[in-house]
Amino acid sequence: MHVNVKLFANLLTHVADAKVGVPFPVDLSDGATVGDLIRLLKLPADQIKVTFVNGRSRSDDWRLESGDEIGIFPPIGGG
Amino acid sequence: MWFIRINMSDRTYRVEPAPETYKNFGGRGMTSSVVADEVPPLSHPLGPNNKLVFSPGIVTGTAAPTSARVSVGGKSPLTGGIKEANAGTSWARDLAVMQVKALVVEGQPKDQSKSWGVKVTWDAAAGKPKVEFFDATQFEDQDLYQVFPQVYKQFGDQISIAGYGNAGQRNYANSGVVFNDESKRPSRYAGRGGLGAVMGSKRLKFILIDDKGAPGVPVADKALFEQGRKKMTDALMKHDITKPKGALNSYGTAVLINIMNEAGGLPTRNFTAGRFEGAAKIAGEAIFEGNKQRLGKELYNHACSPGCIIQCSNTWHAADGKEIASCVEYESDWALGANCGIDNLDDIAEMVRLCNAYGLDTIEAGATIAVAMQAGVIPFGDSKGAINLLHEMGKGTPMGRILGSGTATAGKVLGVTHVPTVKGQAMPAYEPRAVKGIGITYATTTMGADHTAGYTIAPEILGVSGKQDPLSPEGKAALSRAFQATTAFVDSSGHCLFIAFAILDIASGFEGMVEEANGVLGTHWSNDDVVALGASILKKERAFNEAAGIGKAADRVPEFMKTEPLPPHNQVFDVPDSALDSVFGEL
Repeated sequence: MHVNVKLFANLLTHVADAKVGVPFPVDLSDGATVGDLIRLLKLPADQIKVTFVNGRSRSDDWRLESGDEIGIFPPIGGG
Repeated sequence: MWFIRINMSDRTYRVEPAPETYKNFGGRGMTSSVVADEVPPLSHPLGPNNKLVFSPGIVTGTAAPTSARVSVGGKSPLTGGIKEANAGTSWARDLAVMQVKALVVEGQPKDQSKSWGVKVTWDAAAGKPKVEFFDATQFEDQDLYQVFPQVYKQFGDQISIAGYGNAGQRNYANSGVVFNDESKRPSRYAGRGGLGAVMGSKRLKFILIDDKGAPGVPVADKALFEQGRKKMTDALMKHDITKPKGALNSYGTAVLINIMNEAGGLPTRNFTAGRFEGAAKIAGEAIFEGNKQRLGKELYNHACSPGCIIQCSNTWHAADGKEIASCVEYESDWALGANCGIDNLDDIAEMVRLCNAYGLDTIEAGATIAVAMQAGVIPFGDSKGAINLLHEMGKGTPMGRILGSGTATAGKVLGVTHVPTVKGQAMPAYEPRAVKGIGITYATTTMGADHTAGYTIAPEILGVSGKQDPLSPEGKAALSRAFQATTAFVDSSGHCLFIAFAILDIASGFEGMVEEANGVLGTHWSNDDVVALGASILKKERAFNEAAGIGKAADRVPEFMKTEPLPPHNQVFDVPDSALDSVFGEL
């Protein structure tokens, strides 16, 4: 299945040519989870704070579906 | 410890020992107590009976990190209720090291054609501060970026400055109190609620401080203070959000643009959608990358005030490398960007500069321009038109005066029903329909819509202090109440609220904050005590508002948020009134 992934802040440095806010397609096997996606992209798990799937925050064991939009964030704050 | 009272009716002043009953107060706890005790709740905010109160926090002026905050309080011309707004600036430290617990500006000159300044210095012979008045009329009606260098030239580079701009001079309900940053810019604002106009109505253009010879802040228990300072420092240095080259230092507060957009909670085009297609172009990452391209090197952020570890203030540079503005905060970036449908960072930064130049609150200004866009004054996305409207506000044209009256008033005048305010104050950069807890804070805080009053975004969006579903109203009244009470203490401590990211996750950091305060004051407060103290401050503020005619009925979000679903989640604000009433009902 295909999902579209966006990376933010310092996570951008872990995927070549990733641009902020611009989704890139990723092929995953059926039934893959958020955690599987993070491992496939070789993102540092300890630097990931919040993962959104279609605008909702989801945990690592959330099962993805084809066409999902995923946004992955490190710890950030502001106000 | 001293109280300075400046009477603008006859231009006299008194330096008195701080009242015994106020000895443990600071920051918001102090300003709200003085306002509650001394300002008649039904007085006109711009009349002689209102007072403007400045108070550094409990640990401000000490070696406690990230603690150079000053609270400014009074009755708000925007909300009609009590107001506390705070800023980080060397001015806060300079007032604190003169051992001044509060500086209270009272009265009003009959002759409104002249403006005055005061200079506060340390009188070594008398062992207390002294005040001199000077004519400041010549500094009125000018861009503050032109005024500040003149003031430094006349009074010396070592001073710190508090004042107001054209907005305050013209009694706009949208007007902040301006302070200098570390590079002498007029850029640090106690922005919300129109306190610039309270200062303007008293015709006190400047309060300058020269702290030469000042004795410093007395610390009752140095060992305890040092223990607390170390715990706080360790927490700030360790937490991913607050540490050097961490999220705030690298990307600034505008790093929130993308995550709020992803969560569907970034108010867009006057709160008609929760996502903005231009979000990535105006986000903190775009500011970092844009500066890198234009300057040829990475630019990390700077401190707004002395002694800050977090250092989150950015600067945006033009294509030729020249500075356009500092600081493009998340709130300003959103208000003047996404909320107006504008995705041009150069123009957003120019608007930030103009708000600083004219003395306007960026949140209120952006929300008001968006309402004017909804009314068809200019189209959404018209950044040059928005820049022009800010000039109209600064210059005081009829349209500018309408917009300077704030979002609620401008909405009425322009015939707009879709007006995102609570108690007359514009909502900040989080959509209540997509983040229910922050909507409860907006609705119930004594301040009018204010995210800082109870920042439930931390657990609802950022995963700080646990994780909660932003779309669910369940348990959010209690969450908002707890955040509001804790915040009232943090706002009294003198620390920047951003320490909360570290100390909510790192328990020893919270202990450190309490130990610092106990060390300075010689108190024996527990963690629970300081939250209870925060709650007592909220109760004082609430009682003032009720006496001013602002009760439960004002603790509501605008009707359209309960009836119009917000894309992309297509949710309405479904928090029952009983839950809103329980925030203070069960305090």
